[in-house]
Amino acid sequence: MTRLLDVAGLGLSLGGRAILWDVDLALGEGELHVLLGANGAGKSSLAYCLMGCTGYPPDAGRMRFAGHELGDLPLHERARLGLALAWQEPARFEGLRVSDYLALGARTDPGDCLARVGLPPADYLPRLLDKTLSGGERKRIELAGVLALRPRLAILDEPTAGIDFLSQEEIAHVIQTLRAEGAVLLITHQENLAAGADSASQLCGGRIVCRGEPARVIAAFKARSCQRCDGETCDREASP
Amino acid sequence: MPDLHDLYAAFRQIGEDPAPILAPDTAHLVAQGQRLVSRQSIPGVRIEAESGEAGILARVEVAAGLVIPRPVHLCFGIFEPCGDQNVALVISLGPASRAEFWSHCLFTLPERARHAMDARVDLLPGARLDYREAHYHGLSGGIEVVARARVRVGEGARYRADFTLVQGRVGRLDLDYEVEVGTRASAELLSKVYGRMTDEIAIREGVRLNGEGARGLVKTRVAVEDEAQARIIGATYGNAAGARGHVDCLEIVRDRAVASAVPEVRVSHPQAKVTHEAAIGSVDERQVDALMARGLSPAEAVDRIVLGMLG
Repeated sequence: MTRLLDVAGLGLSLGGRAILWDVDLALGEGELHVLLGANGAGKSSLAYCLMGCTGYPPDAGRMRFAGHELGDLPLHERARLGLALAWQEPARFEGLRVSDYLALGARTDPGDCLARVGLPPADYLPRLLDKTLSGGERKRIELAGVLALRPRLAILDEPTAGIDFLSQEEIAHVIQTLRAEGAVLLITHQENLAAGADSASQLCGGRIVCRGEPARVIAAFKARSCQRCDGETCDREASP
Repeated sequence: MPDLHDLYAAFRQIGEDPAPILAPDTAHLVAQGQRLVSRQSIPGVRIEAESGEAGILARVEVAAGLVIPRPVHLCFGIFEPCGDQNVALVISLGPASRAEFWSHCLFTLPERARHAMDARVDLLPGARLDYREAHYHGLSGGIEVVARARVRVGEGARYRADFTLVQGRVGRLDLDYEVEVGTRASAELLSKVYGRMTDEIAIREGVRLNGEGARGLVKTRVAVEDEAQARIIGATYGNAAGARGHVDCLEIVRDRAVASAVPEVRVSHPQAKVTHEAAIGSVDERQVDALMARGLSPAEAVDRIVLGMLG
C-alpha cells in the first residue's frame, strides 16, 4: 500500500494548553483508518491540524501528504493537493446556494453526489445553505461536497452524528466510495463503522494510546484499558 | 427622445434591458435630474407627475382590488457629470390591491450628484406592496443619497421593502424609513449596502407595531471595507396586543472600516414582544475555512461570503 499521509511527532497547543502530543499517524492509499477517543481527546483538533484550519498551527512534528510537506501550506493549497474535510458541524452561509457551494472545486457532478447521500438534487440544489436546513441535512450536504471533490484523502469528522437512522447505510456507502477513490480518515463513535475500517487508532488526552486492528482498538477502548489514564479519561465515553 | 437614449445607455451599463420597463402594458415613471422624462399609466394604475425647479412631484395610485401582473417601474437617474435630483413621491394602494414596484436608481455616470427622495406610502386595508429599490453607483464616491419614507400599512395589509446598494461606491447614504403597521398587518424592511473607501452609510429603519397582531421585521446587511463607516439603527416599537417584531442586523467590517449597530426596541403593551440580534465583526473564520477547504484562496472566500450576504 503506497503511503499517502505520514504524521510524525505532531504537537498542538491552544491557549497555552497542550491538545495533541507526539502524534504519529500513517495512512496508505485505499485505506480506511478510524480514529477513536472520548469527547475532548483531540480527534477534531487533529483533523483541523491536518487540514490547516485557522487557529490550529502545530507547534511540533511534521506532516507529509502525497509527497508534499504540509508545513505552513495554507488550507486551500492543502485542499488543492487533494485533502478534504467534512466538518462535524458544517458552516452555514447567507445567500449561498447548495449548488454553488458544491460546485466549488467539484470534480464530479454535485447532483449525483447529493443523490448518493439521499438528498434529491432537484429539491436541494436550489436551496440556500443557511439555517433553513436542519443539522442532518447540512451534514449530508457536507458529505456530498466532499464526494464531489473526489479527494485523495477525506477526513470525515463524525459523519453520521445527527443523521437519521434510515440514512446511516447511505453514509456507510459513501465512506466506502471515498475509500475506493482515495483514502479515508474517519472519526466516529459508531462501532459498526469503526469495525469496518482497515486500521484504527485511539486518542486519549491528545496522545495515540493504542493502534492496530480495529477490533483490538475498539476492545481496548471499550475495556477502558488505556494505560495512560487508567481508563479515567476514556471512561467519559462508555463505547465508541 | 434623447433622455431615453441616456436611460438605455445607463441600463446597458448595468447589464439590464430597459425594454420591458417601457413596454405599453407596463406603468412607469422616468426622471432624469429634475426633469420628468416619461410617465405611463395603465388601467387601474394612475401615475401623475410634474417637474419644476424644486424637482419631481409624482403620485402613483393603484385601484382597489387590482392585482398588477407586471411591476410598476420607477427610474431615477442623473446622466451628467454632476447634478441634483429631488423627488417627492406619493404611493397609494387601494383596498385589497396588490402591486410590485421596482425603483431603479442609476447614478453610474456622475462625479458628483445628490438624489433626495421623500416618499409617502399608504397601503389601505388588505393591500400588498413589494417595493424593491436598487441603486447603481459609479466609482466616483461623489454620490449623496438622502432617502426618507413614511409608510402606513393599513389593517391586514402587507408591506415589504428591499433596498440594495452594493454596486459601485456608496458615497454618502442617509436612509430614514419609518413604518406604521396596523391591525393584523405586516412590514418587512431589508437593506443591503456595501461600503468601500471613504463611503459613509447611515441607516435608520423604524417599525411601529400599532395594531393588534401587527408583525414587523427589520433586517440589515452591511459590509464595509477600507475606511468606510456605517451607523445602523434598527428600531421596532411594540405598541399593541399580540404585536411581534424582530430586528436583525449583521455587519461585516474589514480593513480600517468602522461600523456600529444600535437596535432600538421598545414595548408599551404587555402582550407585545420584540426581539433583536446584532452582530458586527470580521468574516466568520469557520466560514472562510469551509470555503478554503474547497480550494478558494482567503480573498476569494471572503468575497464569496460578503457577496452572499449582500446578494
